[in-house]
Amino acid sequence: MWKSLHIDPKKCTGCLQCEMACSVEHTGVINPSKSRIKVFSFETEGRKVPYTCTQCTDAWCLNACPVDAIRIDAATGAKQVFDDVCVGCKVCTIACPFGTINYNQDSGKVQKCDLCGGDPACAAACPTGAITYVDADWTGLDKMRAWAAKANTAVTE
Amino acid sequence: MAWNRKLLRVNLTAGTCTSEPLNMQWADEYLGSRGLASKYLVSEIDPKVDPLSPDNKMIMSTGPLTGTLASTGGRYTVVTKGPLTGAIACSNSGGFFGAEMKFAGWDMIIFEGRSPKPVYLYVENDKAELKDAAHLWGTSCWHTEEAIKHELQDPLVRVSSIGLAGENQVLFGCIVNDLHRAAGRSGVGAVMGSKNLKAVALRGTKGVAGVKDMKAFMKITAEKKKVLADNAVTGQGLPKFGTQVLMNVINEMGALPTRNHRDVQFEDAGKISAEAMHEKRPTDGKPQLVTNAACFGCTIACGRISEIDKGHFTVVNKPEYWGASGGLEYEAAWALGAANGVGDLEALQYANLLCNEQGMDPISFGATIGAVMELYEMGVLTREQIGIEAPFGSAAALARLAEMTARGEGFGKEIGQGSKRLCTKYGHPELSMTVKGQEFPAYDSRAIQGMGLTYATSNRGACHLRSYTVASEVLGIPVKTDPLTTDGKPELVKAFQDATAVFDAAGICVFTSFAWTLADVQPQIEAACEGDWSMDKLNAVGERIWNMERLFNNAAGLSRKDDDLPPRLKTEPAKTGPAKGLVNGLDKMLPEYYQIRGWTPEGVPTAETLARLGL
Repeated sequence: MWKSLHIDPKKCTGCLQCEMACSVEHTGVINPSKSRIKVFSFETEGRKVPYTCTQCTDAWCLNACPVDAIRIDAATGAKQVFDDVCVGCKVCTIACPFGTINYNQDSGKVQKCDLCGGDPACAAACPTGAITYVDADWTGLDKMRAWAAKANTAVTE
Repeated sequence: MAWNRKLLRVNLTAGTCTSEPLNMQWADEYLGSRGLASKYLVSEIDPKVDPLSPDNKMIMSTGPLTGTLASTGGRYTVVTKGPLTGAIACSNSGGFFGAEMKFAGWDMIIFEGRSPKPVYLYVENDKAELKDAAHLWGTSCWHTEEAIKHELQDPLVRVSSIGLAGENQVLFGCIVNDLHRAAGRSGVGAVMGSKNLKAVALRGTKGVAGVKDMKAFMKITAEKKKVLADNAVTGQGLPKFGTQVLMNVINEMGALPTRNHRDVQFEDAGKISAEAMHEKRPTDGKPQLVTNAACFGCTIACGRISEIDKGHFTVVNKPEYWGASGGLEYEAAWALGAANGVGDLEALQYANLLCNEQGMDPISFGATIGAVMELYEMGVLTREQIGIEAPFGSAAALARLAEMTARGEGFGKEIGQGSKRLCTKYGHPELSMTVKGQEFPAYDSRAIQGMGLTYATSNRGACHLRSYTVASEVLGIPVKTDPLTTDGKPELVKAFQDATAVFDAAGICVFTSFAWTLADVQPQIEAACEGDWSMDKLNAVGERIWNMERLFNNAAGLSRKDDDLPPRLKTEPAKTGPAKGLVNGLDKMLPEYYQIRGWTPEGVPTAETLARLGL
């Protein structure tokens, strides 16, 4: 069963623990500038929004890659960049409508979320549950539950 | 190592930026941030220097845990000689600026001299340059941050800057980073202004590479984050209510200084409390509080993001204040509210916004207004002198005086000198609620006795963050002590002072100490930093920092006589509440404190003490 990263921006406080954890997992260095998840702050609205790859099924990045450096991890469903194949042409960064695959100046390759092999460091590091890793078929479960709770049904007549 | 081992020295007179190796011997003795920057300051300046002269230096510094996953590891410190107090000034701030300095590859930045014209420092990893700031001078912190991001074409740059208050050398001017976090106290913004330094803009992409044992560090920091999450204060109270959770508690205790400390309880405390910030306003149906927010790496997230009532008289036709922005913390709500008898939550938020926008310490500003209002009610200050009527409780006066002070208009210039200079000028120095010239924060020491000693002995003037004995005396952390007696307080204050110095030096937030003791911090430092970082060593680091600051202050001309409280707190008993009839027992606590510290009866560290601490 695949799982998906599920993001609830309302719970995000903007602490960037996710960015730090992501960079440590992938580079061994605490370095938010190399994180594959990014928290955006909309100051005048008081909103913080963590944003990363949603692992499209028919992925633009994967389809655009001229050297087949982006492949599906069968275990997790993650679209994974193979560094030894990637030539750093950045075509995928143009193709992705969401901007969640990016070039890394240090490695000369592109990088994107790979779900950490099935145990995403960002979700583990999030102190508020704004980032969770849930059943891929039920990313809407929390919202459904919240709306269901509003349904005006009396317990007893 | 969790240090970058590198500092940036900026000579503003010559316009040069040079890289230097960090003195690792000193890092071993003073850890970082407050401790290490203070060591550099006391080694490089004459203690008698005029704080606003080019001979003073200003240091911005991170600690070894700054920029790491240790919860709250995002803090940086500004150390300089303070213009408000003439003592060592050390003011720290959260937000994201400190971590960025670390990511750019620097541990600290030392500013010296004075630029012939307004400049800002731009650091991009190893590159550092001074850039012209003529077009930014005369503008707010908010405008400066936005303009710098625009002109550098880099939305990810982190900026700290001074507003009009720092430029005008308001003696409680602060340095604001990330729009609403501030190195708030002791007038560090005025020093920055005196150097013609408008802002510092940082961009770092190197990260923190040198954590000693990353695996152990990840494990221990995760464990300690859980301690914060499971604690009622750091896990529930602070995220939901912010520091404002204290307003009603402290008022009930009769420890909420009201109307320039004439009273110890405020009848409108409920109207300016955390609970009030959560309540929907009758005017627009929205609560003032929009959400909570975290500083870098903080898993507590006590920060307040608020939206002012657009129809309130203070902001009608001023859309620049209508968006969500930094909201009221307990200290600001007290200083702008109870200290002046003002119970209008929206007016408080307006004054708070002005403090953030133009870079003023809301504690010292609000407390000075309290003194102005008392002098006005006594007839010492008149409407003609002030320019407006200024009785206690006037929201209109609070709002107008905030504008005048930030902009240096009319009587605002005098308010900008702080309450000590203002009250002295008008013949009533006894009405200045200060120690060493710095205004009290939000705890009345008649009802929380240990705080009297905390204030009197704080090395940066009256301050709650140097030994927050409220934790013990009110909240029972780590052990409950009786707030109404002086017994055991000298020992408590010393222990808190030394431990807090280590929290500050590490680069983490002192609010973690609601849940963490030094024993929780020690293994995080141990995993991050090379060398031995035992509890014994850290305790010695804390005590060493405290004594080093004291030695600087003594050399600057301060002495036992400056370790004192205003007569009001020692002779006018609390009128109401649990402490009714009590004054602060400082005179009983101080000699014992000196003795426990290993100082002479005159407050000078003895030769034995200095030798023991390697000073």
